[in-house]
Amino acid sequence: MALEVPAALEAKIDEVITHYPVSKRSAVLPLLHLMQHEYRYITDDAVNWVAAKLGLQPIQVLEVVTFYPGFRQSAPGKFHIRVCRTLSCAMAGSYELMESLCKAADIDRSHVDHHHPIAVSADGKYSIEFAECLASCGFGPVCMVEDDFHESVKPEAAAELLKQYQ
Amino acid sequence: MSAAITYKAGKQPHPREHRLIFRNIDREGFNPSIECFVANGGYEMLKKAVGMERQAIIDEVKKSGLRGRGGAGFPTGVKWGFIPPTNTKPVYLICNADESEPGTFKDRYILHQDPHQLIEGMVIACFAVKATLAYIYVREEFPEAAIILEKALAEARANNFLGKNILGTGYDLDIFVHRGAGAYICGEETGLIESLEGKRPYPRIKPPYFPAALGLYMCPTIVNNVESLCHVKHILEMGGEEYAKLGTPNNTGTRILCVSGDVQKPGYFEVQVGKVTMGEVINDLCGGLKPGRKLKAIIPGGSSAKVLRADEVFKLRDGRELGIMDIPMDFDTMAACGSMAGSGGVIIMDDSRSMTWVINNLNNFYAHESCGQCTPCREGSLWMKKISDRIVAGEASPSDVAELERVANNIEGKTICAFGEACSWPTQSFVKKFREEMIGDTKPDLEQAVVNPETMLAAAGLR
Repeated sequence: MALEVPAALEAKIDEVITHYPVSKRSAVLPLLHLMQHEYRYITDDAVNWVAAKLGLQPIQVLEVVTFYPGFRQSAPGKFHIRVCRTLSCAMAGSYELMESLCKAADIDRSHVDHHHPIAVSADGKYSIEFAECLASCGFGPVCMVEDDFHESVKPEAAAELLKQYQ
Repeated sequence: MSAAITYKAGKQPHPREHRLIFRNIDREGFNPSIECFVANGGYEMLKKAVGMERQAIIDEVKKSGLRGRGGAGFPTGVKWGFIPPTNTKPVYLICNADESEPGTFKDRYILHQDPHQLIEGMVIACFAVKATLAYIYVREEFPEAAIILEKALAEARANNFLGKNILGTGYDLDIFVHRGAGAYICGEETGLIESLEGKRPYPRIKPPYFPAALGLYMCPTIVNNVESLCHVKHILEMGGEEYAKLGTPNNTGTRILCVSGDVQKPGYFEVQVGKVTMGEVINDLCGGLKPGRKLKAIIPGGSSAKVLRADEVFKLRDGRELGIMDIPMDFDTMAACGSMAGSGGVIIMDDSRSMTWVINNLNNFYAHESCGQCTPCREGSLWMKKISDRIVAGEASPSDVAELERVANNIEGKTICAFGEACSWPTQSFVKKFREEMIGDTKPDLEQAVVNPETMLAAAGLR
């Protein structure tokens, strides 16, 4: 077990497992969320650690990680940005927002594909990806920076938005 | 309740609205704390419910005619009644707060601003179906909602509305928040259950059609949408029969319409089901179309609902003929018009929009979100994306439009869950109703290039 999990995190993990009195396996998602919060993405070590903690095979954890878009398998920037790509936001200008955010953050998205959706700025400060419907369709374009939610972000306001995240 | 409620500046409900669920949304001086909720009459219905016979609560919900607000519109009380009467296993209840149908944005406001309304509804529902453990499955993209709910649940526990021996009745219940991880398929109730079991959210094979028979941990499980569960306390407050007087027959109560796209004032509006028409939604609630624009198309119930074309005339079985603006916003008429009221997400498109571009955007969504379990959907959704990508790029031949339709027709009805329909209905309806426009976006001269083997061999460097 290569991963040294801080005591406070492990205490939190032990508490979360009690939310699932019938099956510890149910705690896979919450544990992965806690891991991603701590380490910024899901490493192989984290997969092994979670599997051992819950008495599962590592593949039973890895297959969950690889399925859900919410889990990252590579390091994001210091601030991770998600721009809503789906219809109502796209109609409101989310593709233009993506473009201007990339410009403002100096991010090259040319190598992005389905399996590698995240692009990181050269200085590692920002990373960005398209997300599917963020459920604020009346107030697009919508984006999230880390856990902060931003509505009606005009493409021309991209640089201003990033100034909040230094 | 009779005290006048004031709303924040610029957030006043439209006079056509009838607010039950959204009564406290954007309300001046209202906050998500339990003190505020209780000061406004909160948890009184729970106190009433725990003094009632369980079956009487279910009967009130049945009488109310409440239909699920998540998308399928299935009667909530009937769903509750599907738990086998001889059941001896534990019963679970899950609140589906995975709101992710494109065009739908209502649950966030409830979770952020009035979480105790949901919790009260859930505890009543759990009491009625004898659930002793419940989860709120919140989509990962609502991190703030998860924090607010955790706090609200702790407050409810501290006040004995939750936990052991609730209100001295001997009834034990706990509710926990479970966060998803960004997958649309988790809105499908059996996929959600698999996800909650810590697995990939592959929807389960039916039958059993309802998790009420076999659900979480192979025990009877009720899965209800956030909005549906919120209605429960209002049904108890009003009585099922009174509640059923709201709305129209078989389409009772209120529901939240979420309007987005090409209107002056998009937003959320709680209205009596079937008491406003599409035209009133656009022109009254949303302030009309943008200046100088004409209506082109409407997706009436979330992105999976079939598109309606502005100039269609809908002939109903009872002889009525409706234009698009005359359609009452209810479940049954929308179905009779060949689409569905679904999740209440209404997307308005004016004549500035390319329908090829719109369907391509949606095909990208469904290709991304197919769970991959069933071949027709996994392969088909990707091919629909690829073909519509090609049409948008101006690199398609006219026959690609028919090919797109053929692929869609080979998904519908051939998959384990309703995602197959959800992803094929948009393509089927857009191609059917905007075929000429889509063909207009293709290149006739490409036809020959694609079908001529000599050209293909030459392109491959073999001639």
